[in-house]
Amino acid sequence: MTAATQPRVALFVTCLIDALRPSVGFAALRLLERAGVHPQVPSAQTCCGQPAYNHGDLETARGIARQVIDVFDGFEYVILPSGSCAGMLKRHYPMLFAEDPVWAERARAFAARVVELSQYLTQRGVEIDATYHGTAAYHDSCSSLRELGVRNEPRALLEQVTGLTLKGLAEPEVCCGFGGSFSVEYPDISTRLVSDKAADVRATGANTLLAGDLGCLLHIAGRLQREGSAIRVFHYAEIIAGMGDGPAIGEPSGA
Amino acid sequence: MPEGVASPRGFQERARAALADPVLRQAMDRARSGFVDKRARAVDALPEFEALCDAARDVKDFSLERLGALLEQYEAKVLAAGGRVHWAETAEDARQAVLAICAGAGARKVAKGKSMAGEEVALNAALEGAGFDVIETDLGEYIVQLAKEPPSHIIAPAVHKTREQVAALFEANHPDLERRLTEIPELVGEARRVLRQQFLTADVGITGANLLVAATGSHVLVTNEGNGDLCSTLPRVHIVIAGIEKVVPDLDGATTILRVLSRSATGQAITTYTSLFTGPKRDGDPDGPEEFHVVLLDNGRSDMLGGELRDMLRCIRCGACLNHCPVYTAIGGHAYGAVYPGPMGSVLTPLQWGLRETADLPFACTLNGRCAEVCPVRIPLPELLRRLRVRIHQQDAKPGRARRGLALWAWLARRPGLYHRSAGVGVRLLRLLGRGRGRVPRLPLAGGWTRGRDLPLPQGSTFFEQYRKGRRR
Repeated sequence: MTAATQPRVALFVTCLIDALRPSVGFAALRLLERAGVHPQVPSAQTCCGQPAYNHGDLETARGIARQVIDVFDGFEYVILPSGSCAGMLKRHYPMLFAEDPVWAERARAFAARVVELSQYLTQRGVEIDATYHGTAAYHDSCSSLRELGVRNEPRALLEQVTGLTLKGLAEPEVCCGFGGSFSVEYPDISTRLVSDKAADVRATGANTLLAGDLGCLLHIAGRLQREGSAIRVFHYAEIIAGMGDGPAIGEPSGA
Repeated sequence: MPEGVASPRGFQERARAALADPVLRQAMDRARSGFVDKRARAVDALPEFEALCDAARDVKDFSLERLGALLEQYEAKVLAAGGRVHWAETAEDARQAVLAICAGAGARKVAKGKSMAGEEVALNAALEGAGFDVIETDLGEYIVQLAKEPPSHIIAPAVHKTREQVAALFEANHPDLERRLTEIPELVGEARRVLRQQFLTADVGITGANLLVAATGSHVLVTNEGNGDLCSTLPRVHIVIAGIEKVVPDLDGATTILRVLSRSATGQAITTYTSLFTGPKRDGDPDGPEEFHVVLLDNGRSDMLGGELRDMLRCIRCGACLNHCPVYTAIGGHAYGAVYPGPMGSVLTPLQWGLRETADLPFACTLNGRCAEVCPVRIPLPELLRRLRVRIHQQDAKPGRARRGLALWAWLARRPGLYHRSAGVGVRLLRLLGRGRGRVPRLPLAGGWTRGRDLPLPQGSTFFEQYRKGRRR
């Protein structure tokens, strides 16, 4: 494919991946290259604004949304390795500007270009060449599932990984209890929900837990490890990019 | 407000206590899987279910658009059938209307069918305060009445109780019961035995209504026990109390809603009893009340009509949002401290109590969206909760550190250069504190998280630091 016919693709790294799990961002770059595109990573990106939006601070959320839309102006696709951040850009930005026709139009046009990573890789028909020896349970993040309709894409990509067997959770539609600031503002309720999720994960007998949202992943990993479980937790992108031999979430990295 | 519930304040403390209660957990686990599985089976068995939900939403929207006219039509039909209509703008108006009817009828004993509108206006306390003998006849309501508790679920008032707790309540309250009952059919039989007498001796029956039908002046009542029918037909006087949003134009609209209501609520295609009532007993009727009254309750509903929470008026009180809410099923209904718990309650309660009293409720939600997914009238509950969060933010009505932390973070997020430098510093600091570990069991200022979960630490330097240094994969 020539440079002229390649879609102009940008990666939105997301703030949690930037700070806590950069390897997910690099896995996404690796996968997008594999899909035949050369993704750009605009350095003026920060966060999608969910914390402000979900706390009722619409003015701040709008400010951040305008910044995000500006930063990613001119790209045909904006790819996110996160269901909740993609949902924010795709479903909530247009609602934020309901009373501002100019920005509402920009937000709608922008939203149309936002694609969650597994959906984009599926669209591009990328073939996975990765090996991971283990059995993994896949957790659907609520935003992926309900705001984006991501359900089959990550599973189908993971099924191409050599050596990996997928296990189903008993209650795949139930929230892990993260909920952003909910996890620290209502810690007891949040802990109960993630304990139930951890029990569901353990009951599958899998030795690995995968998901597409770092919030859920940090939450479930933190609980499994608090319970002394040795189940390894990765973002699905790390596994399909062949990076499953590195330290899992919460394991010492030595880097 | 109902006995035992002071106010929605203290949500966190009640939630903590509920989480620590193993009996509650047992009851809620049972109920949750029961409700969720039954609904799923009923929905799977009806391919047009989603289309029916759209139709039900449209019936409700159509009705709300001409609410005033439909209510007037309903009133005229009730009057024509020989009944009376009482307009209650407030909860107090509703209580006074009911008390006046009971007093006028010279009543002593009042038998009640389950009514959330009745709970909303705290009818039992008012009736008992005025010296009436009040008996709840829905099994669940009867159980919570014996326990001196408010209902914890809008369709299953005693869902928080285990069979063993119910057996103990009956043993303590039924003097002629000779032994502790253990099986559910025995418990139901015992309740039936006690309640039958009450129906026969009650002077007034009070029920709610699931639907008011404008074209006919009828109301629809769905139950599985038939107690509502007995309350409606045996006593001399029948009073219906219902929110004004219950009105629909005609029987077609009513049946559309019934088809999604029972499936969403209990997973039944139709409830055991689905009854239509119109006015008092007519000449030649074998039974029915001599007097028939309807109390139409506003209590803030018409204010919602013109506002951003209007969608909430579509609610048909099926309880599906409660059953599918991970927070509700973890803490139970009483933790909410209000008549309406769960997602629908977290929208309604702040409107009735004010934001300051109830600021926790719209926030005690992970925004996972499952409630909206199962709502048979398509109420966008997470979106409505977000709108309440906006009001709470605007009025600075929620105490806590979250607001200041978020303000600092948001200020940084608008300054990408500074943001990335700060992220780099923060990550290095966390890694220093972690001393080579991948996670920590506790960390200063992170107690909220680490009380129940280890905190995974940053993997290395930030993505953008590594990217700037040339890492690409």
